Amino acid sequence: MLVEILISLCLVISGIFGLVGSVGLIKLPDAMMRLHAPTKATTLGVGGALIASMLYFYFVVGRFSFHELMITLFLFLTAPITGHFIAKTHLHLGHKPEDLPPTGSERPWANYESDESRAAIETPESAVNEAARKSG
Amino acid sequence: MLRKILPHPYLTLLLLVVWQMLVNKITLGNLVLGLILGILIPLVTAPYWPNTPRLRSIPRIVEYVLLVLWDICVANVQVAYIILFKSNANTRPAWVTIPLELKTPEAITVLAGTITLTPGTVSSDLSADGRSLLVHCLDAPDPESVRDQIKARYERRLMEIFE
Repeated sequence: MLVEILISLCLVISGIFGLVGSVGLIKLPDAMMRLHAPTKATTLGVGGALIASMLYFYFVVGRFSFHELMITLFLFLTAPITGHFIAKTHLHLGHKPEDLPPTGSERPWANYESDESRAAIETPESAVNEAARKSG
Repeated sequence: MLRKILPHPYLTLLLLVVWQMLVNKITLGNLVLGLILGILIPLVTAPYWPNTPRLRSIPRIVEYVLLVLWDICVANVQVAYIILFKSNANTRPAWVTIPLELKTPEAITVLAGTITLTPGTVSSDLSADGRSLLVHCLDAPDPESVRDQIKARYERRLMEIFE
């Protein structure tokens, strides 16, 4: 009984955060802000459903299931990377380097550095030096 | 010699554990198969990942993971509040530059992933020399405090783990 309440609670929480993430997609005005909505749906939204599933299998079916942990791990690995891709594409399409804050060093954000200027700085020798600096 | 057979011992351990979880049943056969995969995959991929990162302390990694999970829960509620109850005119999105003290690519990747997973901040770009990170905040009336919080809360701990 108590377990059923707990499972339902997890499912409701997961549903609420999934819904809020979708509402955010409609409501927020520009692409960078809309990108914040799916990071929520994948964390607490999916997380709640996975915890509910683990509780169900452990207490109702009677065996422990690891698959939910795997789903969490794979989501946590892939969600930031897709988010990063979308942000970079958006920067390419809709932003100028002047819109962004300065990097604080001579070189620009990686998105805006041309291949020619990168090749001029990153000669094979400098790459070796850089590797030495990082490992040292 | 051991380095030659196991170029990434942590990766071997991780693959072994992940394999047990994927098959969802721990038997001797699965352990052996997991161990074979755990030895073969790091050997095959070693040329793409030459410098093994040194991990300083396991308890600190556990502490970091728990901290991030807790922050994800708290930040979820905060962002849900912003989406549901704050008008778009009152929301202050901001770009924040985070100067990095972390040097190893693995540590910077973990920091960028953490920033994206905690709702309200998305890491968007890295400077060409890898010394600062561009972060977009959903609602940051005070961008400096966001920067200081990320540096104090996550980067300091990652420094202790990786460098």
